[in-house]
Amino acid sequence: MAVPVQHYLVLSAILFAIGAVGVLVRRNVIVVFMAIELMLNAVNLAFVALARQRASMDGQVIVFFVMTVAAAEAAVGLAIILANFAQRRTLHADEISTLRG
Amino acid sequence: MIVFYLLAILSVLSAIVVVVHRSPIYCALALVNTLFLIAVMFVLLDAHMIAFLQVIVYAGAIMVLFLFVIMLLGSPDEPASAERPGLRTVVLAAAVVLAVELGAVVAAKPGGEPMAEPPSYGSTQALAERLFTTHLLSFELTSLLLLVAVVGAVVMARRRA
Repeated sequence: MAVPVQHYLVLSAILFAIGAVGVLVRRNVIVVFMAIELMLNAVNLAFVALARQRASMDGQVIVFFVMTVAAAEAAVGLAIILANFAQRRTLHADEISTLRG
Repeated sequence: MIVFYLLAILSVLSAIVVVVHRSPIYCALALVNTLFLIAVMFVLLDAHMIAFLQVIVYAGAIMVLFLFVIMLLGSPDEPASAERPGLRTVVLAAAVVLAVELGAVVAAKPGGEPMAEPPSYGSTQALAERLFTTHLLSFELTSLLLLVAVVGAVVMARRRA
């Protein structure tokens, strides 16, 4: 007997919420970044589960694109973190507030 | 059936470790663990190609990049300082509300039995056929995005004065 698609979606929702907590609570920018990756993966899980439910490949194609965008995002984001650390010597999100209005 | 629930519990636990552990290195390793568990779930869902990509691209490339940056910067453990102790409670409550809401919405839909899949479902060939026909434009735009990201990363990395 197959696992109902809802269980995958509920798991995806739980993982997404955990990732959201990480983004909001943690102050280390690298850990915040990792929590964002966790949220992306939770959504990927929902995409693949629904693609299987509907026997359609399009959900998996979307996941392929999400992975590509995540890779690009990680490259640019980590470069920003590195450049910021070189200037300011901090990884603390609250201290990176130059753009605050 | 049991495999899924085992994977679900383990992935939620290691996701919690990602969010709560003080040391960024342990967070990264817990995230790698979560990514592997999700890759196994992709296999359970007949998404074989996506599962491979998950391991190679996410666990292999992106997380190595993360670990590299963490070790390069010698990121220290976060102090247990409770600057705003109220924040944690509010965020936790909000997260529980978010999870329950999302879960309730998706669980309310009647799912029924999954549709019958063609034998090639989830294979590299099936994915490539969709990717290079219906989604060809998106695919090409993605390559442009990657190019811009590479240029951007190089510019950001060498700008230090």
